Amino acid sequence: MVILQPIGRTFLNFLEAAGRLVIFAGTGVSHCVRPPFYPRLVGRQMIEIGYYSLPVVGLTAIFTGMVLALQSYTGFARFSAESAIPNVVVVSITRELGPVLAGLMVAGRIAAAMAAEIGTMRVTEQIDALDTLATNPFKYLVAPRLIAGTCMLPLLVLVADSIGVFGGYVVSIFKLGFNPAAYVKNTVDFVETMDVVSGLVKASVFGFLITLMGCYHGYNSKGGAQGVGAATTNAVVSASILIFCFNYFITELFFAR
Amino acid sequence: MNRALPKIEIRGLKKAFADKVVLDGLDLDVGQGESVVVIGGSGTGKSVLLKCILGLLYPDAGSIRVDGEEVIGLRGDDLDRVRRKFGMLFQNAALFDSMPVWENVAFGLIQGQGTERAEARRIAFEKLTAVGLGPQVGELWPAELSGGMRKRVGLARAIATEPEIIFFDEPTTGLDPIMSDVINDLIVKCVRELGATALSITHDMASARKIAHRIAMLYQGKIIWAGPTGEIDHSGNPYVEQFIHGHAEGPIEMPVRPG
Repeated sequence: MVILQPIGRTFLNFLEAAGRLVIFAGTGVSHCVRPPFYPRLVGRQMIEIGYYSLPVVGLTAIFTGMVLALQSYTGFARFSAESAIPNVVVVSITRELGPVLAGLMVAGRIAAAMAAEIGTMRVTEQIDALDTLATNPFKYLVAPRLIAGTCMLPLLVLVADSIGVFGGYVVSIFKLGFNPAAYVKNTVDFVETMDVVSGLVKASVFGFLITLMGCYHGYNSKGGAQGVGAATTNAVVSASILIFCFNYFITELFFAR
Repeated sequence: MNRALPKIEIRGLKKAFADKVVLDGLDLDVGQGESVVVIGGSGTGKSVLLKCILGLLYPDAGSIRVDGEEVIGLRGDDLDRVRRKFGMLFQNAALFDSMPVWENVAFGLIQGQGTERAEARRIAFEKLTAVGLGPQVGELWPAELSGGMRKRVGLARAIATEPEIIFFDEPTTGLDPIMSDVINDLIVKCVRELGATALSITHDMASARKIAHRIAMLYQGKIIWAGPTGEIDHSGNPYVEQFIHGHAEGPIEMPVRPG
């Protein structure tokens, strides 16, 4: 019996944490759809998440597209399937690598920044101050971030998709000697709407998860600088893991028959 | 002054964190227009008391009435309505460092009361002047201010919405004696001009004597003594005696380790 106790306790703690998170998410979402709204704050977050993440996401995407073409070539050449490279690149990028890698990069940037900012506000009583000034912190801090994350990630991923496919194109044309016109035609003919749409749906979910983790860990941080540091780490790690986890289930939802 | 109905009436307030009992059946009345200071050692639950009244913490038991209305359990719009009666000066001022000083002061007006931005800005500069800060300070960022200036800005923010009740959380902690006295004077002046009810917590006796009409001492989760400021020197209560004279020896035992 004594052996079972820690297992049960861990499990109960896990359920408790999961419940707290779900309540937090529910409260956050409910404040997204109820007035008053803060369009200025949403705009500021959109610029922070969307615009300032462009360089990071763009660089990630172009090298991913490039290496994808190169690796596929070395592999496919063994059984003379080089012509499938444009197809492999576009499908991999739009379905998987675009959303997942953009999500991970944004998780590193945004979840960390949000957890640190909101966590600092928590430990310096700024969140209590919001409350005493009759401003709901969920409305003022959490909702604008959730909205911005959910809206901006798909746009970022759309950009990442284009740059990623372009990266594959560049390597195929200039290094592997493909015919440019044939490569583009192959890509456009092969890609289906569902490939891109599923990627954008993923991106939207990832955007929500990233901002949710940033807000949740920041909001619940305790203690001083150390607590904020822990919140930042937890936000990035949990956001990354949730991205991988949801990635599988969304894929199954779209493509498993 | 309406003595019949206290502005704030606290009965049997209890709050514990895990196994640690912080408030243990606390009773306290604050009359209309009265300034009450709660004194007590560090970690005796003074901040918890204020946070319970503001609805930032949820007490385990007891009753808190503001203007006769039970505030425990209020949510949403009702809670916001009650909170609009309050202003609070936080211990470290808790200024929003994402916005300039004047927006900090104007925050309650713009967000809480829906005042026009230009009008709120005008009032903010007026309040900054009232706490002795020139208009150039309004354009600075909180990170650029000294401790005393932060306190002043925090005070300006607390009084900007002209609240009926103002809380002061350790208003003089971390300030030099002269700046402490300046802040005390400002508190007295602002509270008098607004005709507000004030509830302060502090362990600075000089500050307590200056701003309080009445002093209450919090020890082990209860108010063990309360009386007019003038009577504190002959309270006849050994705990109060020890505290106001700051003796290490006496009935109060300071836990070396928390909890």
